[in-house]
Amino acid sequence: MQDLSFITEWIDSSLRALMPGWLTVTVECLLIGVGLLLVYALLALFYIYYERKVCAAFQCRLGPNRVGPWGLLQSFADMFKMLIKEIIHLNHIDRFLFALAPYLVIIASMLAFAVLPWGNGIQIINFNIGIFFLIAVSSIGVLGILLAGWSSNNKYTLIGSLRSGAQMVSYELSIGLSVITMVCLAGTMSVEGIVAEQQDLWFIFKGHIPAIIAFVIYMIAGTAETNRGPFDLPEAESELTAGYHTEYSGMHFGFFYLAEYLNLFIVSGVAALLFFGGWMPLHIPGWEAFNYIMDYIPSVVWFVGKAIVLSFIIIWFKWTFPRLRIDQLLALEWKYLLPINLVNLVLMVLIIVFNWHF
Amino acid sequence: MITSAIFGIENNGLLAITALLTGVALVGLALWIAKLISPSSFNPQKGEAYECGIPTRGESMSQFKVGYYLFAILFLMFDVETVFLFPWAVRMRELGVNGLLSIAVFFGILVLGLVYAWRKGALEWK
Repeated sequence: MQDLSFITEWIDSSLRALMPGWLTVTVECLLIGVGLLLVYALLALFYIYYERKVCAAFQCRLGPNRVGPWGLLQSFADMFKMLIKEIIHLNHIDRFLFALAPYLVIIASMLAFAVLPWGNGIQIINFNIGIFFLIAVSSIGVLGILLAGWSSNNKYTLIGSLRSGAQMVSYELSIGLSVITMVCLAGTMSVEGIVAEQQDLWFIFKGHIPAIIAFVIYMIAGTAETNRGPFDLPEAESELTAGYHTEYSGMHFGFFYLAEYLNLFIVSGVAALLFFGGWMPLHIPGWEAFNYIMDYIPSVVWFVGKAIVLSFIIIWFKWTFPRLRIDQLLALEWKYLLPINLVNLVLMVLIIVFNWHF
Repeated sequence: MITSAIFGIENNGLLAITALLTGVALVGLALWIAKLISPSSFNPQKGEAYECGIPTRGESMSQFKVGYYLFAILFLMFDVETVFLFPWAVRMRELGVNGLLSIAVFFGILVLGLVYAWRKGALEWK
């Protein structure tokens, strides 16, 4: 595995030669911020394009193909259009909360984004309780959505945000429990540690049956967490126009749009981290030559590639299944996923205690 | 082989604050640019609630279905459970049989809670 930290170390040492220590740290924090901002925006734009192309393929269409080669610049054009649209000032809203909601949604996804293991040596926030921190910050997003729906003072948005809140809060349990299942196997909560534990074999192979069950549950709950696919009833356009962001216009709406696609990336990135080794290349014990070749693919490519492949599954859900009703949605979580998850946790504990994992 | 601490910054709180400020900056910058280049005109009809442009009948910030509240309470119960399970999950191997037994009791009580809610019909959407 190439260690990419030589880049940051080189920047660090050359900056330290130029300026005092505190200024170096400030400049480095600025660099991290700019980097995060760029990657965040570019990934969101890529995901909008990706989703539209995949959707078009499922529906036997071509998808965006006019702006730029293969329509690659379409989402840039869309974002620019959103920037030049008027932000309408409404006269019946709670102004402060209305303005605060997009901040909360974006901050939640940005913090979760910074925890992800981007590559060998480029992990930004590296708490020893990393995965717990990730769950904690991603639940701030629910607050943003609830505030958006409430402060808009519109019945559609209120119903949309309440549905969304009930849904995200319920499915967070499933996410938390499948994360606990994998933390049991890893024996650590730090993102770096979880990746390092998977050096010989990814967790989905190491933990076999319980890991696979946890993965399936995680993917279902992750789809619901991002308000997508068959679980998109918070923004069921046929009954609620657009759900919690009905009253938002222009770039204000754009933030919810960006955060939705980024959450898709974060959910699949966490799935890649917990089950498919984060940035760790595919290693098979005993196959030395194979492992050696796999190490030559850069770790960033591994991580982003895994996340993109996993988000293909989530997009696939969306264009395959019809939308659920709210009672079906809550019954699926509380009567099926939660009990299965609890049993699965016990199963995982048994497998670790009797050392049946690989 | 596996190295950590980007730029050698060991203070993760600082990095978390950086990410938070980046989020604020993203929203602030984009809104500022949008304000600069987007048109804006005032019209009393434009500011009304979406759909038809008719003033909404009644108050929108009103009471809502109690079912959502019920699920929020259930969530609270299980979320606290997950918070208690996390530290045990990390030290599971070291805690051994004692840890397993005590967490089994804790787990059993929570499953009883779920069974109770289920039997009471709290999981039905009415």
